[in-house]
Amino acid sequence: MTTPTLLQGQVTVGDTLPELAYPVTATTVVLGALAARDWRPMHHDKDFAVNRNGTRDIFLNTPNLASWFERYITDWTGPFGRLQRVTFRMKGSIFPGDTMVFRGAVTDTGVDDTGCGWAALEITVSVDGDTKTSCTARVALPVADDDNPWARKGDRWVP
Amino acid sequence: MSAIGIDDIEGLLGVALYEEVGEFPVEQGYVWTTCSSVENGNPLFWDPEVAEEVTGGPIAPPTMVSVWFRPHHWAPDRSTPGLPLQIHFDLKEGLGLPEAVMSDNTIVFHEPVRPGDLLRTSQILKSVSDEKTTKLGTGRFWVIDVEYHNQRGELVAVESYTGFGYRRAGTGEAS
Repeated sequence: MTTPTLLQGQVTVGDTLPELAYPVTATTVVLGALAARDWRPMHHDKDFAVNRNGTRDIFLNTPNLASWFERYITDWTGPFGRLQRVTFRMKGSIFPGDTMVFRGAVTDTGVDDTGCGWAALEITVSVDGDTKTSCTARVALPVADDDNPWARKGDRWVP
Repeated sequence: MSAIGIDDIEGLLGVALYEEVGEFPVEQGYVWTTCSSVENGNPLFWDPEVAEEVTGGPIAPPTMVSVWFRPHHWAPDRSTPGLPLQIHFDLKEGLGLPEAVMSDNTIVFHEPVRPGDLLRTSQILKSVSDEKTTKLGTGRFWVIDVEYHNQRGELVAVESYTGFGYRRAGTGEAS
């Protein structure tokens, strides 16, 4: 029997998510590009990236970065966390050799009119202290051990 | 559709365009490839018992929704790959704005996507601004929604993109 690891009532504004630091290699970038079906050469061909795009190397593609943010959020919530919405603002690229660092904090939390608990998060991924992409997200969380946001449908799911 | 000129915009706002069915059904293998690429160990995607208990069977990570629409790099009977966000390129062409950037991207998640689902998508122009000048140049902002539905007609996600199409400062008409 799987039970929730994080309930909405355990979350407070200002709580921080555990930091995640990850050393990015060319393999990270190419794996991410293939996983996201992004065949554009700046995500696997360094010569193209440098000489045609003018970047210093190949770089992570945005849809794969979305997968990184999702993983970062659900590492914190556990499997009962159900994403409601995410917004990304891209500021800079992430290259092999960079250590990308995810940090996040709870900016708001509540229970909507249908009884669904949620937390709002502000998350950044940075390299050497420079934010490369910021993300705001809202994730549904169970309000009790026997509650499951994934069971919601139709007008009981208001993301 | 082709180039979208300024006189076309009013009639197109809110209209579902470029309806398209995915080239292949949502696939468990890609779910694992994606989870593996970001070292996502969420048991929903790896442990069938947890998936059965929590989500009523396997699902795909919600943020993968656009992955199911990226065309194969090559396919028989196709000369050029289709473009996701075609409407963005048609606006650039029709409004004579050779450069463009996407400033932000929001995804709202509805019904879970499951292996075997065949999704379809449509692009909806939500707004186009008057001409504005930013440090990049002079042009217009637009908002495009991409709606995703499953084969049962249920809404699974809506992506919103804000784009800014522009002419570089100091350049005249678009070439």
